[in-house]
Amino acid sequence: MKEIVIISGKGGTGKTSLTSSFTMLSGNDLIAADCDVDAPDMHLLLKPDLAKSYEFYSGELAVIDYDKCTSCGICMEVCRFDAFSIIDDLYKISKINCEGCAYCSYVCPEKAIEMVTQNVGKWYISNIKSGSQMVHAHLNVGAENSGKLVAKVKNEARRIAKETDKKYILVDGSPGIGCPVISSLTGADFVVIVTEPTASGIHDLKRVNDLVKRFNIKCSGIINKCDINPAACREIEDYFTAEGIHHLVSLSYDENFTKAMTEGKTIVEYDNGELYNKINNAWENITDLLQTKGESQ
Amino acid sequence: MKIAISSGKGGTGKTTVASNLASYLADSMPVALIDLDVEEPNSGIFFKHELVHTEVKYKNVPDWLQDKCVPCDICKDVCNFNAIIRLGDQIIPFPQLCHSCYACVELCPEKALVMRQERIGVLNHYNENNLDFIESILDIGTEQPVPLISQTIKYTDNAINNDILKIYDTPPGTSCPVIEATKNVDLVLLVTEPTPFGLHDLKLSIEAMKELGRPIAVIINRYGIGNDETEKHCKDENIEIIAKIPNLRKIAELYSNGTIIYNKVDQFRIELDKVVNYIREHLK
Repeated sequence: MKEIVIISGKGGTGKTSLTSSFTMLSGNDLIAADCDVDAPDMHLLLKPDLAKSYEFYSGELAVIDYDKCTSCGICMEVCRFDAFSIIDDLYKISKINCEGCAYCSYVCPEKAIEMVTQNVGKWYISNIKSGSQMVHAHLNVGAENSGKLVAKVKNEARRIAKETDKKYILVDGSPGIGCPVISSLTGADFVVIVTEPTASGIHDLKRVNDLVKRFNIKCSGIINKCDINPAACREIEDYFTAEGIHHLVSLSYDENFTKAMTEGKTIVEYDNGELYNKINNAWENITDLLQTKGESQ
Repeated sequence: MKIAISSGKGGTGKTTVASNLASYLADSMPVALIDLDVEEPNSGIFFKHELVHTEVKYKNVPDWLQDKCVPCDICKDVCNFNAIIRLGDQIIPFPQLCHSCYACVELCPEKALVMRQERIGVLNHYNENNLDFIESILDIGTEQPVPLISQTIKYTDNAINNDILKIYDTPPGTSCPVIEATKNVDLVLLVTEPTPFGLHDLKLSIEAMKELGRPIAVIINRYGIGNDETEKHCKDENIEIIAKIPNLRKIAELYSNGTIIYNKVDQFRIELDKVVNYIREHLK
């Protein structure tokens, strides 16, 4: 079983459209995992049935028991996150500012502050229209610990893939380089970076590739909207070569990305021409590369 | 006044709007643009200004002083983030997991833990005429962007006069980095695109901003693609759409070169004018 992670650094490069297309192309060989738990969109194309749903608890918030509180103010003194304020002579805790460190709870002489575990979202195991399954999640707004929810989604996908003897896990990652992305990359076998030939796209590609290099994972790249700026596209191709990133495919700007999405379809269901062929070749390329890697070991 | 340019979905045009808006406003008034998307900061690509100040940013994490330690496990027990473990008589702090709450350091009876600075990124402050541009860049491999975002806001509050309009270019999404970047602003402009992905993530953003009690308005970018569901939704929710930036290849090409757009594409400037007027109304 091989784990493939699709990331981009910059948002809006076409990561989710491509991940969903690969999921359809691989049919029953693959478990999909939507690890962009902050803004998950894969379900809009893959139509999961939400067969199983689970609550996700992570992190804590401090809550004051006013029957015990003597307003001594020690809690406010130790808090490093400006979570406390005094309103009408009562100490109040801002849910938004509380970091959940429990320092206040630990030092309160009256034991008047309880740490309450937070329900930060839900995660699901669904049947999807490719005939396989998908693990996905919904993070409550403003919730912390999205990295932990990413880890949960991935671990469940791994468990199911093992139990059902799948060849691949395909992970849709989130933009950026912070904790959810790091969590997505942990334990992966192969990375696909989806980029675009814009100044921002190149800047973000380099940063996310620098992160990938720390994990020592085999890396490949897809250039989307390549015709928007041919010079920038060549710059990316050169960067791929210099960095040993396997260039899977370049795709021209194509309104079919949006048209397919608007109909709730993946690109490979909507388009059966050149775009289909290119995406299909890219997927075959990925599976071949994973194969070669396996044989060489 | 502080305005955040935000979005649920990435790549909808936050940076395009923020950088052009700041640049446009700077033609007639002083303005500060602050790039708080510290994981992937892109606003700087559009400005080639003079660097007036740069500083390395740190977060505070505990260091263990072995000779003072009488292993009592208090540090490990008070840490709610599992950032301290004990192996035999060794105490091992994990800086990546630490939230800098100071509980371990201040509650250690032997003063065997002290705070040290751990580098998390760098802040740059540029200036040209009316425009101050401040960005922070998170070091690769650093997991938590929030401390850098909050320190960048603090730096800006000190460095930039209170009367000056501040525009925050925020990270995408709805979790902790976005909350940190928007929790104290006066207005949030949500940039979206009229597609199912754009709408789905816009709904999440609206929910988050309602939770924070921030006033919001919507800017639709790449108007003309997708469908009219975004407009319907905003109407149903009574949320004002203040501008619709057309889907033009010319805009995409200029953006791809890291070029400011409003002075080259009339249709873009007309929409930006609407944003400016809305902000002026809001400023009153």
